[in-house]
Amino acid sequence: MAYLEGKNLVASYGVVPILHECSVEVEKGELAVIVGPNGAGKSTVMRVLLGMLEATSGSVTLDGKDISMLSTQDRISHGLAFVPQTKNVFPSMTVEENLQMGGFIRQDDINKTIEEVYALFPILYDKRKQLAEQLSGGQRQQVAFGRAMMTKPSIMLLDEPTAGVSPIVMDEIFSNILDVRNAGMAVLMVEQNAQQALNIADKGYVLVSGRNEHTGTGKELINNPEVRKKFLGG
Amino acid sequence: MTSDSIDIINAFALLTNFVILPALSYGSQLALGALAVTLVYSVLRFSNFAQGDSMAFGTMIVILLTGFMISRGWTISGIPTALLVIPIAIVFTSMYLLTMDRLIYRHYRKIKAKSITIVMSSIGVMFVTGGIVRFVLGATAQKFEDGERFIFSVREFKAYTGLEQGIAFKTSQFLTITIAFLLVAFVFYFLQKTKTGKAMRAYSDNKELALLSGIDPDKMVQITWLLVAALTTIAGALYGLDKGFRTSTISFITLTNFCLCHCRRYWLSNWGNCRCFLSCIF
Ligand SMILES: Nc1ncnc2c1ncn2[C@@H]1O[C@H](COP(=O)(O)OP(=O)(O)O)[C@@H](O)[C@H]1O
Ligand SMILES: [Mg+2]
Repeated sequence: MAYLEGKNLVASYGVVPILHECSVEVEKGELAVIVGPNGAGKSTVMRVLLGMLEATSGSVTLDGKDISMLSTQDRISHGLAFVPQTKNVFPSMTVEENLQMGGFIRQDDINKTIEEVYALFPILYDKRKQLAEQLSGGQRQQVAFGRAMMTKPSIMLLDEPTAGVSPIVMDEIFSNILDVRNAGMAVLMVEQNAQQALNIADKGYVLVSGRNEHTGTGKELINNPEVRKKFLGG
Repeated sequence: MTSDSIDIINAFALLTNFVILPALSYGSQLALGALAVTLVYSVLRFSNFAQGDSMAFGTMIVILLTGFMISRGWTISGIPTALLVIPIAIVFTSMYLLTMDRLIYRHYRKIKAKSITIVMSSIGVMFVTGGIVRFVLGATAQKFEDGERFIFSVREFKAYTGLEQGIAFKTSQFLTITIAFLLVAFVFYFLQKTKTGKAMRAYSDNKELALLSGIDPDKMVQITWLLVAALTTIAGALYGLDKGFRTSTISFITLTNFCLCHCRRYWLSNWGNCRCFLSCIF
């Protein structure tokens, strides 16, 4: 059984069905990537895994334990961390306060973790007294990533962490994600830049209309002619 | 000294006595109410029309408790009894506001109602609260100041300075200005520096991300109401001490509070609270 498993998830917003028996899983020390067209339900899968949207059926297990019934907060304290696609910082708070809020549930000293985040993103140290809303898109993504790191999670879920950043920053963020994975964390990421993401992924899912269309290792998906034609631009 | 400069000093004394001191203390009372409205607006995202009547409710509790204390002879000379009972009054007002939140506002938060819906329900709460206060106290004016009336009176001031114009500095004015200043400073410190205060700002900034950081939304809402209850009760008590209590006038304070809340968008910025405070005073 994989470390985090979402199995046969069915979910809807009101009466509009979005996910149809969709399954994803990720191991510790593994990077899994979900790609797919806009509106396929990628963000919705994340929300269900986090308990921000209730699944109609299906189950979510973490380390073999069913967490489907837990609240979002409880899942966070069980080691899940999430960087949402939009609105992923506290805009009118400083960079440092954003990180402090990330560590809100921790009882021990969080300053060491803040130092670690600064070591990972040196630019954030220079900007630590600035409000998050005054940062560039790339810097804001780094704050969002750093905030999620503050709980010292065992699994990180990222929804389009490179949306709206330059190619250089994208490479930087991808390399940070690989560092995190190499440190033994499980990472599940939704990405628009499918080609680049699948290149570094251990495992990939192609999601279409709330269904698993293709599943395989990153290499397999990149080399699959159908996936190439439909989702990677030939 | 020439008589010209004496005239200027006299004019200044006159101005202080009739304009500056009353305005400072009235402004301070309003500032506290405005701060409460701002808190609710920022954290709970609605304009709380029940603010003035909550203030009346807090004052009512203060009046009742003061009456009780005086009838028992549990007073300390020189200090208005109303001030001594404020902490207990805050507890009652908190319970009232939390109950209202439970009964009414929580439901609308849960169904993610539009802000205007919650504003309308707060008007309902306003009528109910006002009704309770009128039912208990009646519509007549109440005076509940029993302590020393003046720090110094006009006569003392004249005797001391030899000026023609005098300044009277009422105890209630002194208390109002001091307490309001301390409270605003406290709220400012709380929001800027403490973990819970920062969490409240985070919740106000981005509710979903606050949830993802493990911040308990219910707790943030409760703390907001507790702060509001404290600010409201103290403002009400100070207003009552300064001007006497009349349900109908105190209800109108809501409107004045709202005017001041134009400053609300600054409330999180470093000088926001000070600016709010200053603009209330002037
Ligand atoms: N809060 C919401 N209420 C109603 N429908 C929504 C909501 N969020 C997303 N949707 C719809 O659900 C579908 C999937 O959305 P999403 O999971 O965000 O797609 P993706 O992240 O793959 O682009 C879309 O058709 C979208 O319009
Ligand atoms: Mg999305």
